[in-house]
Amino acid sequence: MKKIEAIIQPHKLDDVKEALKSIGVDGITITEIRGHGRQKGHKEVYRGMEYEVDLLPKIKLETVVPDARLDEIARTIVASARTGKIGDGKIFIYDVAEAIRIRNDDRGEAAL
Amino acid sequence: MSSWIGKTAIRSLPLLYILGSGALHAQETLSIDQRLSSLDSATKAAQLAGDNAWMLTSAALVLMMTGPGLALFYGGLVRSKNVLSTMMHSFVLMSLVTVLWAVYGYSLAFAPGTPFYGDLRYVFLNGVGLTPNPDYGATVPHQTYMVFQLMFAIITPALISGAFAERIKFSAMLLFMVFWTTLVYFPMAHMVWGKGGFLNAALGGSVPCLDFAGGTVVHITSGVSALVCALYLGKRIGYPRESMKPHSLTLSLIGACLLWVGWFGFNAGSAVNSSGLATSAFVNTHFAAAAAALGWLFAEWMRHGKPSMLGGISGAVAGLVAITPASGFVRPFPALLIGFLAGIFCFFMVTTVKSRFGYDDTLDAFGVHGAGGTLGAIFTGIFATNAVNDTFKDAAGRTLPLGLVDGNAHQVLNQFIGVLIAWGLAALLTYVILKIVDALIGVRVSPEQEIEGLDLSMHGEEAYNLEA
Repeated sequence: MKKIEAIIQPHKLDDVKEALKSIGVDGITITEIRGHGRQKGHKEVYRGMEYEVDLLPKIKLETVVPDARLDEIARTIVASARTGKIGDGKIFIYDVAEAIRIRNDDRGEAAL
Repeated sequence: MSSWIGKTAIRSLPLLYILGSGALHAQETLSIDQRLSSLDSATKAAQLAGDNAWMLTSAALVLMMTGPGLALFYGGLVRSKNVLSTMMHSFVLMSLVTVLWAVYGYSLAFAPGTPFYGDLRYVFLNGVGLTPNPDYGATVPHQTYMVFQLMFAIITPALISGAFAERIKFSAMLLFMVFWTTLVYFPMAHMVWGKGGFLNAALGGSVPCLDFAGGTVVHITSGVSALVCALYLGKRIGYPRESMKPHSLTLSLIGACLLWVGWFGFNAGSAVNSSGLATSAFVNTHFAAAAAALGWLFAEWMRHGKPSMLGGISGAVAGLVAITPASGFVRPFPALLIGFLAGIFCFFMVTTVKSRFGYDDTLDAFGVHGAGGTLGAIFTGIFATNAVNDTFKDAAGRTLPLGLVDGNAHQVLNQFIGVLIAWGLAALLTYVILKIVDALIGVRVSPEQEIEGLDLSMHGEEAYNLEA
C-alpha cells in the first residue's frame, strides 16, 4: 500500500475530489495548510509597515491506495489539480506499513 | 302687595346685576391665572420630558460606545489569543468606573470646589437627586446628568487600553485605572466642565476653553496617556518584525459603526437638552465622520495603492474624535473640513510618525485620539461661532463671540492652553502612576504569558473553540 500526499491549490480541491470519485477512490483526508515552494508570496501593508506574506494557503490531500492502483490515482490527481502556473503544488508518495479498519479489524488492502 | 314686591324686585335688578357680574368677573380672572400657571407647568414638564428622554438615550448610546463598540473595535484588531483580554479591559471598566464615580468620582469632577477639582459634597451621590441642578442641565434631573457624565468617565480610560493591549497584567490595569481616573480624569473633567473649573468657558473658568463634548477631557488625556503607556511598557515581543495582523476586521467594522452611531449620544447629548444645539452637534458629528473616512481612504489609496477597510474605519473614528470638542460650536461645512483633515492627519500619525519613532501604540490610541483630539481642539478655536451656539453671554446678556470666525482670535490661544494642560497632566501623571503600579505589582506580563496569550494567561479562557 502507498500513501499519496498531495499539496494542491485550494481552488482546485473540488476538481480533484470529482476526479477521484469518478475513478472510485473513496477514502481521502483533507487538511488546510500554509506553505510555499518557489511561489512568491505577496506584500501587505498594515499601518504603514510592509510585511512579506510568504506562507500561502494550500490544501493537503492524503489517500492510501493499493499498489496496483498507485500510478492511475496519482496521474488522476495531477491532471485534475494542474493549472500550469507556479504554485500548483507537489505529490509525495510514501510506503504504508499496515492499514486497519477500526469498525471490524480488516487488515491490509482489504481495509482500504 | 304684589306691586310692592314687584317694585322692590325691579329696583334690585341693577344691584343684583352689579353684584352678579362682579362675582362672575372675579371667577374669570382666577381661572385665567390658574390656566396660565398650569400651562406653564405643562410646558416645563414637556421640556423636561423631551430633554430627559434625549439625555437618557444619549447616556445609553455612550455606554454602548464602550460596550460593545470599543470592545469589538479593539478586540478585532488584536491577535485571537488576546481578544478576550482586550475586550475585558473595556468591559470591566464599565463596572469599576461606575463604582468609583458613585462613591467619589462625580463629586471630584462636578462638585464646586477649587478650579482643579471638586469638593466632597456629592460623595456617595449625596444631594444628587431628581430635581435639576441649575448648573448641570437645568431641565433634567441631576441624576440624569450624573449618569450621562459617568458614561464618559467609563470610555475615557477604556480608550487607553489600545496602547497596552496584548502585554499588560490585568491586576496592574485595574490598579492603574483607579489611580488614573482619580488623578487625571476627574480633575480634567472638573477643569473643563465643573463649576468654577479653570478651563470652564460656561461656568466661570479663568482660561475659558471651548470643549463641547470632551476633545481635551476624553481624547487628549487618553491618547497622550496611551503614548506614555506604550513607551513605558515597551514593544510587544516580535514587534515590528513579526506581522501581527488584526484577527477579525469584521468585528472591528461592527465596533466602529457602533462607535459612529453611539457618538451621536456623546456629542449631541452634550447639549444637555434636545434643542437645536443638539441638532447641530448631531449633524456635525455625522459630517465629520463621513469626511474623515474619505480623507483617510484617499491618503491611503495615494500612499499604498489600495484603500483598506481598516483605513476606512480608522478614518471615521479620527473624524469623530476631532469633531468632539467642536460639535456644538461649528457650522456643518467646517465640520466636514475638520473631519477630512483629521482623516489625513491621523493617517500620517499612525503610519509615518509611528514607524519613524518605532513606538508600539498597539491600537493607535495616541495616533487617533491624542492627535485627533489635539487637532480638533485647535480647530474649535478657529471655527466656533455664536451663530451656532449662542449660550455664552456677558454680564449684560449680550451674546459673546466664540472663535476666530467670530473675530475672537484669542480663543485659539485659550485652546492651546487647554491642550497643553491636558497633555501635561496626562503625560506626567500617567508616568508617575505607571512607576508606582510597576513597583507595587509589576505592570507587564512575563514573556511566557505574553506568548501564550493573555486570554489564557490572565483569564483562563480561549475565545474561539471552533472544533467543539
